[in-house]
Amino acid sequence: MGANAAASFIVPFEAACADDFPRIGGKCASLARMIAQGVRVPQGFAVTTDAYALHLRSNGLAATISERLARIVLDDVDDEERLSHEIRDAIVAQPMPAAVEQSIREAYRRMSPDGQLPVAVRSSATAEDLPDASFAGQQDTYLWVVGEDVVVEKVKACWASLFNARAISYRAENGLGQIDVLMSVGVQKMVNASAAGVAMTLDPINGDRTKIVIDSAFGLGEPVVSGEITPDNFVVEKVLLQVIKQRISEKDFELVADRAARRTVERVIAPERRTLPSLTNAQVLAVARLAKSLERSMGCPQDVEWAIDADLPEDDNLVALQSRPETVWSQKKKQTTAVYETGIAGVLGTLLAPIQAKR
Amino acid sequence: MTAHAKFPSPYDLKTPVGAEGWEKLYPYYLQFQNSLRDKEDGKFWFCDSQHWPSPFKPFDAVTVEFAVKCLGQYNTRHYLIPPANGVEYRIHNGYCYMSPVAVAPELIGDRVPHFMERAGYYFQNWDRLLANWDKKVRANIADLEALSFEPLPDAVPLDWITGGVGLDNTYALTETYDRAIQLLYKTWQYHFEFLNLGYAAYLDFFSFMKGQFPTIPDQAIAKMVQGVEVDLFRPDDELKKLAKLAVKLGIASALKSGSVDEALAAVSRAPNGAEWLKAWKEAQDPWFNFTSGNGFYSTDKYWIEHLDIPLGYIRDYIVRLERGEEIDRPTEAIARERDRITSEYAEMLDADARAAFEGKLGLARTVFPYVENHNFYIEHWSMSVFWRKMRELGAIFRDAGFWKDADDLFYLNRQEVRDALFDYGNGWAVGAPAIGPTYWPPEIERRKKIMAALATTPPQPALNNPPDVITEPFTIMLWGITTESIGRWLDGAANTTKLSGMAASPGIVEGRARVVRSADELGQIEQGEILVAPVTAPSWAPIFGKINAIVTDIGGMMSHAAIVCREYGLPAVTGTGRASSSIKNGQMLRVNGSTGEVTILS
Repeated sequence: MGANAAASFIVPFEAACADDFPRIGGKCASLARMIAQGVRVPQGFAVTTDAYALHLRSNGLAATISERLARIVLDDVDDEERLSHEIRDAIVAQPMPAAVEQSIREAYRRMSPDGQLPVAVRSSATAEDLPDASFAGQQDTYLWVVGEDVVVEKVKACWASLFNARAISYRAENGLGQIDVLMSVGVQKMVNASAAGVAMTLDPINGDRTKIVIDSAFGLGEPVVSGEITPDNFVVEKVLLQVIKQRISEKDFELVADRAARRTVERVIAPERRTLPSLTNAQVLAVARLAKSLERSMGCPQDVEWAIDADLPEDDNLVALQSRPETVWSQKKKQTTAVYETGIAGVLGTLLAPIQAKR
Repeated sequence: MTAHAKFPSPYDLKTPVGAEGWEKLYPYYLQFQNSLRDKEDGKFWFCDSQHWPSPFKPFDAVTVEFAVKCLGQYNTRHYLIPPANGVEYRIHNGYCYMSPVAVAPELIGDRVPHFMERAGYYFQNWDRLLANWDKKVRANIADLEALSFEPLPDAVPLDWITGGVGLDNTYALTETYDRAIQLLYKTWQYHFEFLNLGYAAYLDFFSFMKGQFPTIPDQAIAKMVQGVEVDLFRPDDELKKLAKLAVKLGIASALKSGSVDEALAAVSRAPNGAEWLKAWKEAQDPWFNFTSGNGFYSTDKYWIEHLDIPLGYIRDYIVRLERGEEIDRPTEAIARERDRITSEYAEMLDADARAAFEGKLGLARTVFPYVENHNFYIEHWSMSVFWRKMRELGAIFRDAGFWKDADDLFYLNRQEVRDALFDYGNGWAVGAPAIGPTYWPPEIERRKKIMAALATTPPQPALNNPPDVITEPFTIMLWGITTESIGRWLDGAANTTKLSGMAASPGIVEGRARVVRSADELGQIEQGEILVAPVTAPSWAPIFGKINAIVTDIGGMMSHAAIVCREYGLPAVTGTGRASSSIKNGQMLRVNGSTGEVTILS
């Protein structure tokens, strides 16, 4: 590593270039790409795979992990869970290499001179966000992290989550490797979300690419992503940008910041507010426009996490948290090749079998 | 729709009180004959209140006769549209009901090669044939314009004697009337020369897009083919130009008050006034041959005969210009939007569908200008001249003592007018009083009462048993009637606060309802109201600056209301079946032009 080590361990999102992408993981790369396209994203930095790799190399940690991995019998759930736990304990117990820790502390202080900025610390795996490896959310995310000590601690916790039992099984089943899968961690300013959720640039029910489907709830978006609540659901026609369907659900709690306790809390929503839409019509359209522009610039259907940041001015407070390629429908191959008649033959065909009969 | 749901039989419908004897006002072949009850009740009929929203005066029935007959001939005899013949039509209680005639399945195949040859020729030579159409229609209008009805003189002109003509003046009078009817007949033949094919090609593109994107909004497909420079919008554009010119020349204040004559006199006194008057005069031919109605009624008011109407609109535009508003249609933005929508859908198509998309879109765009523009040439310009000529004839009868107002002529059907002409000439020739001045005044009074009584009862949306599924292409294309809309009509009566129709033009607004049943009531509309009408005509465009949304009883995505609303960016819900009869003036409505829902809030 040498004199330039710090630069290798940390890459601010806005400074990341394509060469950095392999070292900052899919999630952070996607944020960097969004920033480059002018999309508003909360500020932050990536702790690169180099940092993780150095941590593994210290004090024989890699060997410890490999030894446990070798003993795992995949079908034995209890055994796998126990060994997974041992691996994670080992990763967390191991002190972080000083150069890495120093870089993280400096990067956090650059974002937060007073050291009080709440951030989210998330894994940004190098395999996770690939279109053909849909195991999003298998690593941990830590919200409302405040202070550099805690940031360092949570970065390690993220690293450790690479070896939770579910992730180990998944990689084994998909032949992705274990110890050689590297991880980056993103540290990003917490959004003070008044509403948040997910937008997909196709209809996940049927793959219809003319739709943008938005799930939304009050507060932070995690309960929407994890399925802990039934979110409001909006269907927007992509080309005309019209809300064509909406289903407002009863949302009994919201995940919000507890600034004093430096954590998020589930807050009960007052009954009269539960059935209110979490987004205005204008906000729904803003989310749709954001998702549409991300799909356009990324060149394929996207799955976008977004939030309305209450700390920002009202008419310009939508931020993108992440955007990744949609993985289910995008890979479906068309079953048949259709043949279409045009000109008079096409007209004849339509007259003989008009649209109503086809519906 | 439940299995038992059906519409009433025409034979079971009661005649509105006071309208007894209405049947005698119309020809026998337009009525449901008692002797044919079994056959007539075996057919499904829908009311065409899109084109004929109010009861026909006897003469006005000529519009439905000629229009729907000519529509049929092109399907049945010109192009041999394989699955579809024409549309049967009847008048009942003053409204017209339509029933499309399908071709027997075993005969469809034989028609295919003929259709391919005949319709194929039109599609391949569309632009050339359409240029020819334009010439024919203008010549026809010129022929109509040249017709002149002369009152009978005291004596046959001397030079007819010395020239050995050997005919009297009644001969020319009858001939001119017959010629007027024949030219009208020609007008409607021309009307359908391209229309059915135009709609069929559009439907092919429409159907293809629905196949690719099953939930694509109809309006998105429409937007891809819509024209930007459309003759139908020219009259309104001319008014905007005149308003801007008035402001520019500093004569706006002279125009703003008094009757038409007073305002024009004030303009002529103003410096620069002559320039504006010249422009005003030039715009009138042909663009003021434009009606606030739809051309199908003798009561339609054409601008050229009612200059107060265009002047009123110009005054509104001047007010808006003085407030600093932009009044022009945003044609560049419309063109850009059309390109954007087209390319975004194209990008979402599979590669193998792209060529078909380009081909079908290309044909749809070739044919669509006709669909949009013919309306000006036929319903507005041609019909303007025709109705004007008929009023001239009505005035001759009036002067001969047959009736009080020139327009009373329209209480006679077209055959009766010929009888009355003979009666007029007969009395003149014999040298004894004609019978008409004694016969017609009380008869016209009686007919006026019948008409008033018919107008008190709105039409049924449809008659008899609907088919399980509507597959007849022209029902869908021309009338926008689908299995869904029939279901809505049947279910409709149950829900009193919610109506649904077609999402014809996007946007959500709330406002007070203004129910307008005819063009004469347009003056009552106040700023910000929601227009609720059986149907709207595109010529209502100048009031579109005042209203916030439109709700109609009937009409599809391609109805005139829908086309104009999208141009003007107004939310519209069409084809609700019953909005104008179930919504009351002043009720608060929420109109969602993106979902097709109308909610009565209070």
